[in-house]
Amino acid sequence: MSYVFTVSPDFTPDHLSGWYIFNTWLQKQSGEAIHLEMYNSFQTQREAIQNNQIDLIYANPFDASMLVREKGFLPLVKASGISDEAIIAVNIKNSVQEIVRLLSASNTSSDAFLFDAVTTDNPEIKSELQPRSADFRYKVAMTEDPDVNMMGMIMLEAGDLNAGNIQTHICDSYVLVAKQLLQGNVDFGIFLAEAYDDLSNMIKKQLRVLVRSQISVIHHSLMIGPKLADRREELQNLLITMNDNQKGKDILASLKFDSWVKVDDEEMEFMIDLMDALAT
Amino acid sequence: MIVDMKAEDITADYKEITLTLYGGITRKVLYTEIETPYPDGKLIVSTTDKNGVITHVNQAFIEMSGYTESELINSPHSILRHPDMPSAAFKDLWDTVNKGERWQGYVKNLRKDGGYYWVKATVIPNIRHGQVVGYTSVRRKPSRTKVEECIKLYPTLF
Repeated sequence: MSYVFTVSPDFTPDHLSGWYIFNTWLQKQSGEAIHLEMYNSFQTQREAIQNNQIDLIYANPFDASMLVREKGFLPLVKASGISDEAIIAVNIKNSVQEIVRLLSASNTSSDAFLFDAVTTDNPEIKSELQPRSADFRYKVAMTEDPDVNMMGMIMLEAGDLNAGNIQTHICDSYVLVAKQLLQGNVDFGIFLAEAYDDLSNMIKKQLRVLVRSQISVIHHSLMIGPKLADRREELQNLLITMNDNQKGKDILASLKFDSWVKVDDEEMEFMIDLMDALAT
Repeated sequence: MIVDMKAEDITADYKEITLTLYGGITRKVLYTEIETPYPDGKLIVSTTDKNGVITHVNQAFIEMSGYTESELINSPHSILRHPDMPSAAFKDLWDTVNKGERWQGYVKNLRKDGGYYWVKATVIPNIRHGQVVGYTSVRRKPSRTKVEECIKLYPTLF
């Protein structure tokens, strides 16, 4: 019997070969035939999950609730010391210094990064500011990464922005989100923090981080479906001890991981509750 | 376990009032006009049992409330109750979560030092094997526009 393994489509391209190497290692260690199937969108991956085509997944936390509560998946492990964090960045020329009362600003310039924001506590200045016109929309660039977008929108919400009053620009990669900012096509960019940090210095010099999340408890997890449920403990042990030898360490390094750590049911339930609370 | 606030913990001029909290407990609270801004990018997370007794807090909760973890664990969540918050808000919270539904609202929380901080709070029931075993509360940075609306609205609800 062959099993199907898939990885959340938000992995960075330089991790692709690492996942294939990892899958080869996993097949050898478990003695099972496992086919690695990569999907290029969350939508096609979710369709495969709904059709019960997936047995093992390195899952985005946004999908954890559906996997556990609807499809009977169980958590195995997470990468040690790695959590998903988001960044809101702007073009360096953008005058916004903090995310507060963004809709009250008076300047409705069509040049995305030239607007004025209300960042002052001076009441005389505030009193002069008028609400923006009803049809004004801030432009926000993002990828399709669902947990990062959720965290990003939570941070923008503090400035009165929400899905109903922004114009979103969906990009295929975080480099393209940066490009939208550099070209002045959008006001804000939502990034996976790790992806932002990996941008070249030349790009980062032209951008500014407005806010970086420090949530710490939202993370991807390696999970198994019902067909592998009786192998859970065995697979967990294989993964947790993977960094005990050099070969395992090298494979983990190709994924930019140090080691795997166990995720128990309650930790997963806690994260699902947290995601549920944040999704509104 | 919840105790009266102590004058030596308070960092500025304060007012004093005795509050009747959820469950009929009374507590003397001392409060100042000093606001601590909500930190950018952080979430305050806690879990309680079915009676609202705190079972878990994260570091952001400890930092913003001013209490130690050991002071918070096993205390009722109403240790954060600020006298400017109308009891109707908390009745609505409990009525909602007791039905197994999520509650969301803007809350002015009381710190150990008598100061306060505003949050946007979401409370959801923790359901395990079909049973509510407790509640998770997640607080995020609130919009100042919404906070200002609440500053006007809440005094009318007493």
